[in-house]
Amino acid sequence: MININDIKVGDTFEEVIVDNLTRTQIVQYAGVSGDYNPLHTDEIFTTQVAGYPSVFAHGMLTMGMTGKMLTNLVGDDNLKNFGVRFTSQVWPGDTLTTKAVITSIEKNSDNVLVNFELVTENQNNIPVVTGSATALI
Amino acid sequence: MSKKSMPIEKGHIMMFARSIGDENPIYSDEEYARDKLGGIIAPPTFIQSAAQFNPDNPLRPKIGEPWFGSGKAPTGIKKSENKSESSASTNMLHAEQHFEYHQSLKPGDVLTPEVIEGEKWEKESKRAGLLKFSESITKYFNQNNELVITARSVGVVTEKVVEN
Repeated sequence: MININDIKVGDTFEEVIVDNLTRTQIVQYAGVSGDYNPLHTDEIFTTQVAGYPSVFAHGMLTMGMTGKMLTNLVGDDNLKNFGVRFTSQVWPGDTLTTKAVITSIEKNSDNVLVNFELVTENQNNIPVVTGSATALI
Repeated sequence: MSKKSMPIEKGHIMMFARSIGDENPIYSDEEYARDKLGGIIAPPTFIQSAAQFNPDNPLRPKIGEPWFGSGKAPTGIKKSENKSESSASTNMLHAEQHFEYHQSLKPGDVLTPEVIEGEKWEKESKRAGLLKFSESITKYFNQNNELVITARSVGVVTEKVVEN
């Protein structure tokens, strides 16, 4: 977790949020989230009917893993805003890294409001998620 | 989403945290969580699993109804029936998701969603053809009628299959 007395605008943090994403993890996410779209778990349907090269992860799984990096960084229950755009698909076998850059810091009497710009990239440096977040620490 | 309440349960939170690969004990260890924050809380994107409690969730198989994923054949829906539904389901992708957190989400809470239809717009893209965007805003209220989370979701229907 960051130390609010030791941060400045432009500070960058990064974490590998998944290494070699497994199909089983995608199935776990489908099962718990209730999004059973076969595009995420059903290879036969996805390749033969929908025309994709393979199943791919739910955007919300990538957002969830990006959120894990954020809560590791800003602490539990401190997020005020968290928003993303899904810019590219995430495939089984991908390794994803989230980078968070501090874009502004607002010091109040008893807390600090920190804004971040976020990007999660795959192993080929292609952004799969971009976004922003605000934490009150 | 219709007005169906969502009970927040600690087993569901634990499984959700596992699915995103998050071992933070704040999502599963009651003693640890009690000392730290007064109790277990849900991860920031947990509310997405409200889909489990939506009786109309089109992405959950329903008993006795054909399902568009594969059984013996690549799709459970025959070509003659319901072609539009099948193609809409396969072309609808999630474009954006935004959350605003008003208070922490805890086991024992019971949330009720209030959905507001947002804007619709179109955009031409080289990669995917004509893109049709639609926005929906869901406000989740707890059992005390307090706003807990505001979620804004943007979906997109693409003309062509999108690959990297």
